Amino acid sequence: MEIDPFIFRLSIFILSIFIGYYVVWSVTPSLHTPLMSVTNAISSVIIVGAIIAALAGNSMNVFDTANIFGFLAIILAAINIFGGFLVTQRMLAMYKKKKKDKK
Amino acid sequence: MISSNLLAIFYLISGVLFILALRGLSSPETSRQGNLYGIIGMALAISVTILSVGNFSLGFLYLIIFLLIGGSIGAFIAFKIPMTAMPELVAGFHSLVGLAAVFVAISAFLNPEIFNLGTPGNIKVASLIEMSLGAAIGAITFTGSIIAFLKLRGIMSGSPITFFGQHYLNLFLGISLLALISYLCIKQIDTLFWAIIIISLLVGVLLIIPIGGADMPVVISMLNSYSGWAAAGIGFTLENTALIITGALVGSSGAILSYIMCKGMNRSFFNVILGGWGGNDETSSSSVQKEKKPVKNGNADDAAFLMKNASSVIIVPGYGMAVAQAQHALREMVDALKKNGVKVSYAIHPVAGRMPGHMNVLLAEANVPYDEVFELDEINNDFANCDVAYVIGANDVTNPIAKSDPQSPIYGMPVLDVEKSKSVLFVKRSLSPGYAGIDNDLFYRDNTLMLFADAKKMTEEIVKSL
Repeated sequence: MEIDPFIFRLSIFILSIFIGYYVVWSVTPSLHTPLMSVTNAISSVIIVGAIIAALAGNSMNVFDTANIFGFLAIILAAINIFGGFLVTQRMLAMYKKKKKDKK
Repeated sequence: MISSNLLAIFYLISGVLFILALRGLSSPETSRQGNLYGIIGMALAISVTILSVGNFSLGFLYLIIFLLIGGSIGAFIAFKIPMTAMPELVAGFHSLVGLAAVFVAISAFLNPEIFNLGTPGNIKVASLIEMSLGAAIGAITFTGSIIAFLKLRGIMSGSPITFFGQHYLNLFLGISLLALISYLCIKQIDTLFWAIIIISLLVGVLLIIPIGGADMPVVISMLNSYSGWAAAGIGFTLENTALIITGALVGSSGAILSYIMCKGMNRSFFNVILGGWGGNDETSSSSVQKEKKPVKNGNADDAAFLMKNASSVIIVPGYGMAVAQAQHALREMVDALKKNGVKVSYAIHPVAGRMPGHMNVLLAEANVPYDEVFELDEINNDFANCDVAYVIGANDVTNPIAKSDPQSPIYGMPVLDVEKSKSVLFVKRSLSPGYAGIDNDLFYRDNTLMLFADAKKMTEEIVKSL
């Protein structure tokens, strides 16, 4: 019997949880705030669902109800993606090591 | 335009890039590159999705416009936001992820054909469960984060809101959610789906209102986790690997942060979630009677004298430093001390501030090198050999009662051994107890000098007299 593709997705999901577990434990505590802002940015990859919802379907009728929800989700996710990555960048740029030539 | 197999491979690559983005955060040196990986992963996922739909008609134009509108709002916020407002910002961003998940779930429900999930009224049962779960968790994240945002922003009082039968109401709503989802699988009525979303929105509010302001680090981490699970739920619905991987990563990341925060307070996760902790400073009854005890009161000159003649000083910042925006003044003070040959380091408690790593970001903003900043385990033994501990805006995390009095609500919580240093300078506006509502024994010790003032003003005055 063939394996249901759902099982494959479930496997990816479970293994990713483990990857997440080990990767996040190795994040240094001083970077926990950037960790939150970057996870926030990457979870906005939900935008791919929004794009499909917004674009697919009847091309004559751009603003079908399902499409409108797609477009709204695009705006929200875009705020997050740009905002999340840029604010992370801004924070990370501030972390500096002690200068060698101490005054 | 792109075959679905190729598309899946691109999504897998995005997923791997996201893993690398988190991996980069293991040290500040690699973190910037990690962030770049994240951006590339995101750009890849978006571009291949657009190519795969291959619809470059009017809709595509709108897509670009909406992307740019959202993008410019996001970029504007990212550049304007002060670092002290980071907890609110993150809470606000979480609410957007939650709402986006709800919207995507709604469009999948209304128009399942575009995602190959069946036809309206005849959606595959598995997809139905996945999308209702995604929508429910998304909705909880949305309203929960809004409440967290309002509390952090100070628009809503940080004190917990509790009422009779709260937990039963939540339990009832939770059970009815599950019942509705099961019923939806049998009978696909639109109303059921809307009911699931509305109840979830309500649950989000009810879940966060009983949690006090100082427990916000746990709440934010928890909502971070939820936003991940919501994304994963949608990922299963859309059969999208990038979303599943990301959702799992974010979900476990938030869960780990919640765990670290709970451990930092020696409280169980359920204890925090059930809420009711941390009233206002005024409501505590114990504060009145204890104020009779003598305290040593000092001024900026005393503090400056003590620190100038010390050989090592440890600085213990807390939420009060963020409120007073004292981080820059603090750095100036440290610079002045270093010129006098004093060795200075910073000690950060895991739950200092309103979100994980809050203090570290503020110190980094004030140009404090990150290798002078230490975590609790790294520095706690150094207090015994240190001349002066300068406590600025922290309170409960220094309370020695957590080690000595099993009756105390914070007993067992890991604390910074501030009292072991030769003298303690405690910058605080008044003797009021901290969020746990308990008096800090440290105030009355012989080696403690209280500096009653605003954290920023006091630090500036010390700089002057140095």
